[in-house]
Amino acid sequence: MGLTLAEKILLAHTDADAVAPGDIVMVRCDVVMTNDISGPMAFRAMEKMGASRVFDPTKVVIVPDHFVPAKDERSAALQKLLRDWAAHHGVAYYEQGRGGIEHQVLVEEGWVVPGSVVAGGDSHTCTYGALGAFGTGLGSTDIAACLATGTFWQAVPETILVELTGERQPFVTGKDVILAVIGELGVAGGSRSVLEFGGDGVAALSIDERLAVANMAVEAGSETGLFPADEAVARYLDGRTTRPWAAEVTDPDAAIAASTQIDLGAVPPLIALPHSPGNVVPVADACGHTIDQVYIGNCANGTITDLRQATDILRGRQVHARTRLIVVPASQRVYRQALAEGLIDDLSEAGALISAPTCGACFGGSGGILAAGESALATTNRNFRGRMGSGESSVYLANAWVAAAAAVAGEIVDPAEIGIADAAGVA
Amino acid sequence: MSLNARAVVIPGDDIDTDVLYPGTYLNVTDVEQMTHHLFEGLDPALRDRLVGDTALVVGSNFGCGSSREHVPQAMRASGIRFLIGAGFARIFYRNCINLGLPAVVSEAAVAAAGDGSTVELDLEDGSVLVDGERFALNPVPPFMREIFAAGGLIPWVLRQR
Repeated sequence: MGLTLAEKILLAHTDADAVAPGDIVMVRCDVVMTNDISGPMAFRAMEKMGASRVFDPTKVVIVPDHFVPAKDERSAALQKLLRDWAAHHGVAYYEQGRGGIEHQVLVEEGWVVPGSVVAGGDSHTCTYGALGAFGTGLGSTDIAACLATGTFWQAVPETILVELTGERQPFVTGKDVILAVIGELGVAGGSRSVLEFGGDGVAALSIDERLAVANMAVEAGSETGLFPADEAVARYLDGRTTRPWAAEVTDPDAAIAASTQIDLGAVPPLIALPHSPGNVVPVADACGHTIDQVYIGNCANGTITDLRQATDILRGRQVHARTRLIVVPASQRVYRQALAEGLIDDLSEAGALISAPTCGACFGGSGGILAAGESALATTNRNFRGRMGSGESSVYLANAWVAAAAAVAGEIVDPAEIGIADAAGVA
Repeated sequence: MSLNARAVVIPGDDIDTDVLYPGTYLNVTDVEQMTHHLFEGLDPALRDRLVGDTALVVGSNFGCGSSREHVPQAMRASGIRFLIGAGFARIFYRNCINLGLPAVVSEAAVAAAGDGSTVELDLEDGSVLVDGERFALNPVPPFMREIFAAGGLIPWVLRQR
């Protein structure tokens, strides 16, 4: 019997002769990543494991991103610890102003290649599946073991095939694709599995959009979300990485646990209502809810593609008087690209507050915390109760077009109603 | 070896780690301080019920969302000896195992347990007693029993080195 893509990647990273779903194997990491939250606890655990050095300094990446810029003294101390630790161990470190949100940074900087295994101390490490890598999120003690030994234990997952067919409607993005999947599978429907995306609809998804899709695989309970590498990935990696890689695919006779088909032509812009990413309905069914804060950013949808979409709506228009708009480019590179394209100027002219690249308010850290009674529409990946602040606040999740349209209207609205602005701001 | 504890029930499915330990406290690294924020977004009064050895009884997909290890760290430091659930989310489950905090699955045991039930977990036997009634656990792979037996991933790695 053949192997799935996930099984092939894991097999190539273990000493096992064969792998089958449910087997627990020790998996070798190509890259280990941690941040200002999981890092300090991992370093402490690594010491307790008796390791004074990391297994391979060339395979460890440190990205401070959660409480940056340091929001208080305690956060500053953690970031200092991170900086000092990285220097002591001689590992890669992306300082504020040179990095951004970890997942965007690792992808942009060429750390992630198809067929590789990336262990990250953050649940959204599954983002790397967009490039055909087995990226998976781990806690601090797991990361400690990765830092000390270069390996983590992993139950070999089953594979759920998600076939994307047809062409998308206007204002439908990768965000809507993954919301459709989570809406169908449920928030635990991908447990003990990887989602593997295929079908004729994949080619039209840009790398940025695939990142947004893979990013939320964990919101379906999955280990990761895989896109087999194709020409678009090869083009993206050209000049970006020196790491060797080869494109692998699932064998035709591999055992597949389940498959589902998404007809992209039938997917409208979607929105996840409070307080679950699985609470998915068409935007059209949620119109009219007033929105206090629109937040465009995070590791799912803070890419240049998202900022372009937002600007398409906001250029020459004004953010509604009852609403504030916070835009968080996912990395310094995205920020500078947006600056070069004039997007930052257009967005700020419209009344957007442009933030430093950071995880920021997405997880309730800083820079856009919600008060009791407030509602936010965010391009982020989680809308659990209290996620962005008060336990009495609400978060809606949607794509950047929907977010920008809500910023203009001051309420949830179908972006087709607002429309793309021309230079004068007239639809 | 068996573990004895008194049940505290958290009803409902898909309880996420954000409500179990809100993001604003993620810059806390002292485990004792973490215990003051456990369950904060769900029901802070739950903390007052963690008296003595506790078995936390939970629904399905418990601990979904963030990888924050603060949750099981704070649970362990608050006297939670083990969890019985209808199911656990992936990273939370890993974190529990890695900390040597057994998280076992038995829907029937969850259904039978109420607040204050006496619960006895026997990992070797693969069973749990709820107020004296025996329930079989979903099988725990030998690898995980090995980590539990070692006391968590830290001593397990120490032993391997």
